[in-house]
Amino acid sequence: MSAQTFQPIDPRPAPVKTEGIVAWIRINLFGDWVTGLMTVVIGSILLATVPQLLSWALFRASWIPDFDACRVEGVGACWGVVAEKYRIILFGRYPFEEQWRPLVATSLMLGLLIASCMRAFWKSWLAILWIAVLTAFFLLMYGNTMGLTKVETDRWGGLPLTILLASLSMVMAFPIAMVVALGRRSALPAIRTFCTIYVELIRGVPLISVLFMASFMFPLFMPQGFSIDVLIRVLVGITLFAAAYMAEVIRGGLQAIPKGQLEAAATLGLSYWQTQVKIVLPQALAMVVPSIMNNFIGLFKDTSLVTIVSLYELTGALSLALNSDANWRPFKIEGYLFIAMIYFAFCFSMSRYSIWVEKQVNKGKQR
Amino acid sequence: MAEPIIKFDKLNKWYGNNFHVLRDIDLNVAQGERIVICGPSGSGKSTLIRCINRLEEHQQGHLYVDGVELTDDVKAIDGIRKKVGMVFQQFNLFPHLTVLENLTLSPMWVGKMPKKEAEEKAMIQLKRVRIAEQAGKYPLQLSGGQQQRVAIARALCLTPKIMLFDEPTSALDPEMIKEVLDVMVEMASQGITMLCVTHEMGFAKAVADRVIFMDQGQIVEQNNPHDFFNNPQNERSKDFLSKILGH
Repeated sequence: MSAQTFQPIDPRPAPVKTEGIVAWIRINLFGDWVTGLMTVVIGSILLATVPQLLSWALFRASWIPDFDACRVEGVGACWGVVAEKYRIILFGRYPFEEQWRPLVATSLMLGLLIASCMRAFWKSWLAILWIAVLTAFFLLMYGNTMGLTKVETDRWGGLPLTILLASLSMVMAFPIAMVVALGRRSALPAIRTFCTIYVELIRGVPLISVLFMASFMFPLFMPQGFSIDVLIRVLVGITLFAAAYMAEVIRGGLQAIPKGQLEAAATLGLSYWQTQVKIVLPQALAMVVPSIMNNFIGLFKDTSLVTIVSLYELTGALSLALNSDANWRPFKIEGYLFIAMIYFAFCFSMSRYSIWVEKQVNKGKQR
Repeated sequence: MAEPIIKFDKLNKWYGNNFHVLRDIDLNVAQGERIVICGPSGSGKSTLIRCINRLEEHQQGHLYVDGVELTDDVKAIDGIRKKVGMVFQQFNLFPHLTVLENLTLSPMWVGKMPKKEAEEKAMIQLKRVRIAEQAGKYPLQLSGGQQQRVAIARALCLTPKIMLFDEPTSALDPEMIKEVLDVMVEMASQGITMLCVTHEMGFAKAVADRVIFMDQGQIVEQNNPHDFFNNPQNERSKDFLSKILGH
């Protein structure tokens, strides 16, 4: 018998393709008959709407700031309204010639916020940077020094106001929320009751009424001749409101910490605050990152309610820009789409950032 | 005889109004003594050792640790907790900190030790429990036995006079029990006072100076391991031993 010789089998392609566009479409869009049906239904809805939307928003749109051009039959979106009014939308009632000041101030503020989100900047001097940038922000916006004319806070508006209100209230509400959340679990009945009453009271009323009280009722209780700037009152109102909601989210995280963690900390001799700061809060906050970011995003958009007390932030500034101008008023939709894009850009960035934070804080759980 | 390092004097404890969990406990523990506490579940053995570092409060009687009576005095409790290390059934490591950070936390924040020194001391303890190479990992990345050894090292970082073990091997796979017991046997040879709630009778025979048997909140019998295992005096302890040693 002759020795067997090794006969290599020639490689053959797989009988069914599993890679490439065709295969992807077959698997993901027409995997079974339900999927196939959904693909057809959704596909036809998209086919029917998207071309029209694109045609309206892009191809038939008018881009020049000329309202007569927008009124021609067959013209789609009138983006000219943005070209014409963007300075009022972005800066509200701030004096026109001085609008470089809010521009610079907002850029500084945005730079600070972005830096604060990055690990490389998490040093103790970040606090000093915050103070410096906030001081610069207020000096630029308010003026009355260094040759800058004075601009009262009630004329601040648009995007700078939105960003100022949102970022300051977030930064202040977060620590308040932590303390209140711990307070609701305190062993001391007085602290526990106080925190519970605070949360329940604030949660029981709409933000609009909090703002309304901060703006109109608060001064009635103040002594004659004594007043606090409306911007600060509103800021405090939003902060206290947001803190109450956030406190409950954090409390949810606190409750998920096993008792053994506290016992281990106790046996190691850690004090109450050391235990909270080193053991409990890091774990509790890590668990509620998605919910906290949810609150932050909600808070960012809630700032649009300050219009009720005549502070014209982004949304308010849009109404201001268009309501007073009969020629452009019909094109409000385009204006709202414009600020919707601004809101979306901010909220989407926050949402992406939250995913990164989640990854960072869950390092201990990755095997 | 020298003054006992732990002294229970007619100690009573209740959970709520009606559950009398510790009843008239009288117990003296000498410096350097190694005690194993066993008994059926619900007999109060965990509660007993948890009273020593005030994780549980007693309502009646007196308890002295290293000459200090445990009362509501928070300062006294803090002082005692620095002398008493504890190892739990569920390890209770801090999952968000690395192994090394788990060990240095208390020396740095409670003992105000500089970071470098704390880390050096922590590495010595990690070597002692034979796990130094895992210092940079997070607890959940380790096996149960490794986690428990880290927990022991963490307790040792406080250089305690007394070590309490609350069923340290009950949550472990059989294969891992030995690696933890080996570390405990090594510790026992170094003269530290140990109180260990466990059902590992082999460990009790090997290292204990005294075995305490508890049932229904009382100390039923205590004796040296040889006599306790070979010649139990009480019906209840005979019954218990026949159940756990019978197979």
